[in-house]
Amino acid sequence: MGSTNSTLSKIPNAGDLMQETGFSPAHIVRLYDRYKALDKDKKGHLCPQDFGAIKELAMNPIKQVCQEVLDFPSFVRILAHFRPVDKNRPKDPNSPEHINSRSNKLKFIFQLYDQDKDGKISRQELLQVLRTMLEKQVTEEQLESIADRTIQEADLDRDDAISFDEFRKSMEKVNIEHKMSIRFLR
Amino acid sequence: MWISVVLALTVLPAMFGLSLGFTDLYIKVLVKTLEWAALRIQRAQKVPAVPCHLPNGIIQKGDSSMEEEIVELRRMHPHPLTGGNFTLCDTFYFCKKGIESIVEDQVTQRFTSEELASWNLLTRTNNNFHYISMRVTIIWGLGVFIRYCILLPLRIILAATGLSWLVIGTTLVGILPNSNVKDRISDLLHITCYRICARGLSAKIHYHNKENHPKKGGICVANHTSPIDIVILANDGCYAMVGQVHGGLMGLIQRSMVRSCPHVWFERSEMKDRHAVAKRLRDHVADKTKQPILIFPEGTCINNTSVMMFKKGSFEIGKTIHPVAIKYDPQFGDAFWNSAKYSMVAYLLRMMTSWAIVCNVWYLPPMSQQDGEDAVNFANRVKSAIAHQGGLVDLSWDGGLKRGKVKESYKEAQQKMYSSMIVGISLKPSDMM
Repeated sequence: MGSTNSTLSKIPNAGDLMQETGFSPAHIVRLYDRYKALDKDKKGHLCPQDFGAIKELAMNPIKQVCQEVLDFPSFVRILAHFRPVDKNRPKDPNSPEHINSRSNKLKFIFQLYDQDKDGKISRQELLQVLRTMLEKQVTEEQLESIADRTIQEADLDRDDAISFDEFRKSMEKVNIEHKMSIRFLR
Repeated sequence: MWISVVLALTVLPAMFGLSLGFTDLYIKVLVKTLEWAALRIQRAQKVPAVPCHLPNGIIQKGDSSMEEEIVELRRMHPHPLTGGNFTLCDTFYFCKKGIESIVEDQVTQRFTSEELASWNLLTRTNNNFHYISMRVTIIWGLGVFIRYCILLPLRIILAATGLSWLVIGTTLVGILPNSNVKDRISDLLHITCYRICARGLSAKIHYHNKENHPKKGGICVANHTSPIDIVILANDGCYAMVGQVHGGLMGLIQRSMVRSCPHVWFERSEMKDRHAVAKRLRDHVADKTKQPILIFPEGTCINNTSVMMFKKGSFEIGKTIHPVAIKYDPQFGDAFWNSAKYSMVAYLLRMMTSWAIVCNVWYLPPMSQQDGEDAVNFANRVKSAIAHQGGLVDLSWDGGLKRGKVKESYKEAQQKMYSSMIVGISLKPSDMM
């Protein structure tokens, strides 16, 4: 019986992707199948409408995960952030940090908030996220007071914005490895 | 001469509902072979044993609700929170859920075949399995030969016999004047033909709770996986079928069936008029001499891992509903008809080249609409009963989502739930919108 390598060879740069993200060959093949299934018009890349077609995602207040055009390597890289942390993988001090390390997982969420990528979550950016999540359910004043309170709690250097370090500090006790991991059953 | 012997061996037992035991023996040998193959694969891959079927897909999902998850996230927050309130870590929950749906969502998953945790030696289910050993390959090759060169022709002959018997027989019976005798002959004829068709699929059906078998003048409701469901159910009793009028071979079968006993066939134009449909069904059911009608309220084929929303039409008629749960064993062959991927002919060919169709049918006790219960709630109650019995996931998604979009109201419901966690507790009710 033939092996799965024949399907793996259809995927460009599969070897590099596996090295970079730590996904096994079987997982890469699955993700590729899913990628192709989502790309209904066979464009070769994914756009926000393709994600809009996922029924459960339509209900999710967070849709910014996928606001841009994605090719397969970018798709896999985003999903790689959610791989469970490998306890067995040797930590080579010279190689770059694993894509699914605690720090990188936090960075991923931070970037959801920090739209302009200036390294800080400003009040406006926080309001924007809250607005997307709550839309018509909450008034503008309530949104503003929530945003104020949140920044007050996390902002340690009083610059009215949350930097990545402040963000990381407030998440110290949260079990990121567990809460932000998705495990494949096979 | 040979052919007549074979036919005699199949038709006669079919008429009397006896089994010669061939199928049972075949299934036993098959099970042993598949177990052996699974062991060898496990040994070769050195993976821990995974549960036999993966009804909920390939990623591990938690069971807790939105509220439970977010409360747990917040418990790890450094600052004490006064009741509700928003925290930055809330987004972790939504993000994870979002990514989970991107990898695999509950709805799309139900319209593709269920995955097996261990290969069952059919090429089509080989997703993840590498070359294991020479022995497994040989057995697989043998399997291909047996399935395609021996079983397939046999099954095609059987199916063709069954169907032609049905058409010819019902036409002949239709000539007889209406009487009890005619009905009895018609029933016998129908059952015989369906049994022959079932043999044509190597179907091994196990019926449970036969005392709850649907009675005349009732409505039988079941979960839908494929057109074969009809053959499976009709092997144990006669039903009046409900469906659209087709052309071609199907139309021929429909027209001849209706000559010997009443079925309810609708023209395409009639289907749109809900009242007309309901009236015809009601009339049929009111006549206690007619067979119970068989309806599949999901409206479309689902992959037998879950039950989706039941359309309320059949539940508004006001008669006793006899729920039936059908669960196929995917180890032996995947019964799901993915109509987007396979045409009817391709599907039947796949069915006939699988190992076998093994399924369980549970007859559930009859249910009727309670006072003050509306049709939708009644439908959901029946759906839960079927899902529970069959070990299927009870989803409230509409099977029509296969082709359509999610309603705005679902999104708003989620947002309302989340917003109540944020503002519901910390602010007075008068502050809320």
